[in-house]
Amino acid sequence: MEYFIQQLINGITLGGVYALVALGYTMVYGIIQLINFAHGEFFAAGGYMGVILISWLAAQGVPPTICLVLSLGLTMGYCALLATAVEQVAYRPLRQSSRLSVLLSALGMSIFLQNGLMLTQGVYDRAYPTEITRGGLHFGMVTFSYMQILIVAVTAILLVGLNALVFRTRIGKAMRATAQDKTMSALVGINSGRIISLTFAVGAGLAAAAGIMVGLYYGSVRYDMGFVPGIKAFAAAVLGGIGNITGAMLGGFIIGMVEIMAAGYISSEYKDVFAFIILIAVLYFMPTGIMGENVDDTRV
Amino acid sequence: MSEPILELRGVCAGYGNIQALREVSLKVLPGEIVTIIGANGAGKSTTLMTICNIVRATAGEVLYQGRPITGLSADRLPAMGLCQVPEGRRIFPRLTVQENLEMGAFLRKDAARKAFDLDKVFNLFPVLKERRKQPGGTLSGGEQQMLAVGRALMTRPRLLLLDEPSLGLAPLIVAQIFSIIRTINQEDDVTVLLVEQNANLALQTASRGYVLETGSVVLEDSSANLLANPDIRKAYLGE
Amino acid sequence: MTTLGSRRHWTGFAIGLVWFFFILWPLMGIKPGGLEFIPALLVWARIAAAALFIFVLWLLRQQGALGFLERPAARLGAAVSGAARVVPRTAWIAAVLAASMTLPLFAERYALDVAINVLVYVCLGLGLNVVVGMAGLLDLGYIAFYGVGAYTYALLSVHFGLSFWLCLPLAAGLAAVAGCIIGYPTLRMRGDYLAIVTLGFGEIVRIVLNNWMSLTNGPNGILGIKPPTLPWLQDGLWGVLELRALGGLYYVILGLAAFTVLAVYRLNHSRIGRAFEAVREDETAAQLMGVNTFAIKLLAYAMGAIFGGLAGAFFAARMRFVSPESFTFMESAMVLAMVVLGGMGSIPGVILGALALIALPEVFRGFELYRMLVFGGVMAVMMIINPRGLWPAKRVGQRSEERGHG
Repeated sequence: MEYFIQQLINGITLGGVYALVALGYTMVYGIIQLINFAHGEFFAAGGYMGVILISWLAAQGVPPTICLVLSLGLTMGYCALLATAVEQVAYRPLRQSSRLSVLLSALGMSIFLQNGLMLTQGVYDRAYPTEITRGGLHFGMVTFSYMQILIVAVTAILLVGLNALVFRTRIGKAMRATAQDKTMSALVGINSGRIISLTFAVGAGLAAAAGIMVGLYYGSVRYDMGFVPGIKAFAAAVLGGIGNITGAMLGGFIIGMVEIMAAGYISSEYKDVFAFIILIAVLYFMPTGIMGENVDDTRV
Repeated sequence: MSEPILELRGVCAGYGNIQALREVSLKVLPGEIVTIIGANGAGKSTTLMTICNIVRATAGEVLYQGRPITGLSADRLPAMGLCQVPEGRRIFPRLTVQENLEMGAFLRKDAARKAFDLDKVFNLFPVLKERRKQPGGTLSGGEQQMLAVGRALMTRPRLLLLDEPSLGLAPLIVAQIFSIIRTINQEDDVTVLLVEQNANLALQTASRGYVLETGSVVLEDSSANLLANPDIRKAYLGE
Repeated sequence: MTTLGSRRHWTGFAIGLVWFFFILWPLMGIKPGGLEFIPALLVWARIAAAALFIFVLWLLRQQGALGFLERPAARLGAAVSGAARVVPRTAWIAAVLAASMTLPLFAERYALDVAINVLVYVCLGLGLNVVVGMAGLLDLGYIAFYGVGAYTYALLSVHFGLSFWLCLPLAAGLAAVAGCIIGYPTLRMRGDYLAIVTLGFGEIVRIVLNNWMSLTNGPNGILGIKPPTLPWLQDGLWGVLELRALGGLYYVILGLAAFTVLAVYRLNHSRIGRAFEAVREDETAAQLMGVNTFAIKLLAYAMGAIFGGLAGAFFAARMRFVSPESFTFMESAMVLAMVVLGGMGSIPGVILGALALIALPEVFRGFELYRMLVFGGVMAVMMIINPRGLWPAKRVGQRSEERGHG
């Protein structure tokens, strides 16, 4: 029983990470119907930028808490800017092209960024300064580490914030309007190019937050860390019904939970396979996902 | 004669190799209701889409209040008072009625007058007020048309481009919508350029009309004259 | 065909590019250690400089500033293509064939090695081309079939000592079966979902190869695979010659590549090829015309997989060692990059793509590490500048990929 509760906690932690990454996929897909292959790279970029900033700030003698908050904020901002740059270089010129072209361009961008990271930051794991978040709360055999608390808290804050942004603010409404009908949004004065950039930025910011937390949680980052979590997060987005923000959050938690439970009770070697199997099963049996009342070629 | 609020000078446009508009020239004076009539595929909707630069003009010029707007990105026009209600209404289906209306006022910063305009739209279309929390996609066709017009009014237009407002609606609702168009025109001083297949209704509403055939303007006259014209009666009024 | 015409778009793109590299700088220019600042920065600076150099070159060309270089080049090109038209196509094919047949006679070991590599990728590229280029199904897990082929031969050779020639059709058959297994649940999906699901399948195959210790020996791989053999007259007796030398292997893969080219060419001009095309252009219309689209798509998958399987079996025989390391997503991406770069649906295009992506990096050996980076960049840029590739397939009329998706 205690083992199960421990797994539950681990599952929620991992699920939060997938949810954050999945949001970027779902938002971008919602607005321009593109599977943004480079999205996982923002996750990795977040991990690396996080280690750069945390080590640097810590070396400057900044207290750990402030150091964490500051790094998190700066990293998210940085990756948001990176995403707008990627969008401008690789996707915007292809707004009128076929989906296959954009998809391949995204794939190219992903390979470019991943290899750029490898060349500049090295092939090996880069250690994270984990001493800031060591320790945890113990309840009998169950441990809720500070790191897990941090991940869950940050995830919760970001998810609530994103919901508010998308459903309450004027810009969020413009995002939804653009996703539903680009021509009509232009006719009421929405600059769709800017809204699309913003969508990329928000998605990448969330992925970056996930990247930095994964780095802290596992204690290291690697240049190709974005690939597998990227696909799993995409699976989460599809599971939730692509284009649906609430669905992506839910999907993320489900995938995280399934992975942890599968690793704990079935086989840890094959844990990665389960996410893919869920992805394929969902696409085969209910292609609209669990929340997806609205999968349609043009509108989300 | 005052300066036209909208003028098209020899505008050509097309999709790929198909030329949809051939040197279309037309003028709309402030305060008028002008209609463009024509058969299916004559280029009526393309004309409106070209004015808003959703379809790119390959030649010619579009002037709005004396200023060329050819090549100006579509999203800059609502701020200048030029708004279009496109064919098929194009409600944002998963935004609520109220959110749809708010999108109309997307660029406006004047909160007080926005609230005032929202009230006015709700007065014009009471049914929208009842349904303001409902997603736009769940409205009936007539309600959606009202919402589309209401959304356009929220931009505080000086010139409203209306594309087929009667499409697929019951006669009673069509009459209601056209009466509101006249109200908007008279009370709020909104100039209207109306594209319609229902030529009879359009000519009764408008003061002048243009007849479009395969992408060219073939006739231009006052509504009364067009209604009296035997060719027009034969071709477009079903006699 | 460029997708954007106006100069304003290009200035926007140029500004975007500068901004892109500027924003990459903190990430790719700084190492967390702080002390290693310079080497990382150097790498970044090289990438940025190369990208800007190419862009400026391209811009100059647009302006016509490189006319003094281009005009003679164009004249040369015209002369060559003029000559090409005079000489019949069969003569060209014969010349290429003769050149490739005699290559081992004068090429050194290293060049032969590269040539073998190129030919393996020609097979892979053409196989993927059947799926992506002809049938329009984006497959990101193609390398799984290569893996199936390789492991089929590896296991049969090591455990049962079966001959390469016997295993070749077996590998192809098993790959085709794998293609059908993967294809069956995925083919009802829309284009971009298909991409991600095939990617998932590719990963599943790799993970299984990595973890099924009892069968595949996991990450350690399988050693001691026998090379292909030929019956050989020796001392007046028929013996068996093991094709250990590169020269022999080269002829084996040359044969396989020739077979692939011929098969794909015939396929392209057959009834089934036209059905592939119909499915790619408009699935609904094809269905209404009586094409069994599901069967056709499954067939495209199986066909593509067969060539992947053949190449895989050869790979195992040549390396005499296989491990899951060789079948990663990056390999899939590289094969895809070849098809895209060369021109989707075009046989000479894919061959050109394989040459460009395998042989060219060998020329610039100093930049070996940058290979995948350049692939990625080129793939993205190619989609913007010339989505039809270096040697586009000849087609009448507009193709779906040139049409906007509205």
